[in-house]
Amino acid sequence: MNDSPGRPTSVNLTLVGRSYAPTETYRVSAVKIAEMAAATGASHPAHTDPAAARELGYDDVVAPPTFAVVVAQRAEQAYIADPESGIDFSRVVHAEERFTHHRPIVAGDLLRTTVHVDSITERAGIAMVSTRAEIADDGGAPVATVRSTLAVRGEGR
Amino acid sequence: MSGLTVGDELFTRTFTLDRALLVRYAGASGDFNPIHWNERVAREVGLDGVIAHGMATMGLAATAVAEWAGDPGAVVDYGVRFTRPIVVPDPGEVELEVSGKIGAVDAEAGTVRVDLTARAAGVTVLAKAQAVVRTR
Repeated sequence: MNDSPGRPTSVNLTLVGRSYAPTETYRVSAVKIAEMAAATGASHPAHTDPAAARELGYDDVVAPPTFAVVVAQRAEQAYIADPESGIDFSRVVHAEERFTHHRPIVAGDLLRTTVHVDSITERAGIAMVSTRAEIADDGGAPVATVRSTLAVRGEGR
Repeated sequence: MSGLTVGDELFTRTFTLDRALLVRYAGASGDFNPIHWNERVAREVGLDGVIAHGMATMGLAATAVAEWAGDPGAVVDYGVRFTRPIVVPDPGEVELEVSGKIGAVDAEAGTVRVDLTARAAGVTVLAKAQAVVRTR
């Protein structure tokens, strides 16, 4: 191993500040909400039973608290899978994630997501890449903000 | 939920992680990175075996918060740092223990901050895990 601690990674530092416009309108389905609930051990009836959801004041079944990652990660691909980003996904570890819900996500929502590259810092051969996915409804009203930081290891790390 | 004060211990919840759960999470989330289901690939990239999606761990911990709150839509803000991967053996399973206590109370906003501890196999797997929950 010829590992220099300050060696730069392949990540393109010049993309900080870039935004990626929505590439699709994501339709939230009751089936996907139920799948995510089951995959995260969530058995609250409001995830699967519209009547239970309405009792809590929702128009239809409500998504679990981290559901927005499904929508955000699809949108983040516009940046991460772009060869210009210089991100080798086999060298990526998820470092941080944060959701801010402007309102709960429910079945039937039509969501459009803009991804922003907020910061990239490189230290000791690891690039910390922070993105922000702004998820809005089809009328443009904010639904959720998803902040994600990936650690990308450079060669030899 | 009035009368909550900083330091109150709210819940401890245990989840069982096995390979079937990781496959289920992969399908539900759309994250099909093979390090979460393929032992060979996981070892090739230097891991000790197949690891859980960090987001699966974060999602399970969110469930503990939402169940305590009684309303999954009451979690208005939720962030974590992923500190250690959870290696999920086959055959076998791993227990994830999630505890929550009150970290802050904002009476004006009608929210509390729940500070979470998440441990698997005796190791802390989430840091700075905090959920802001609407209480009215």
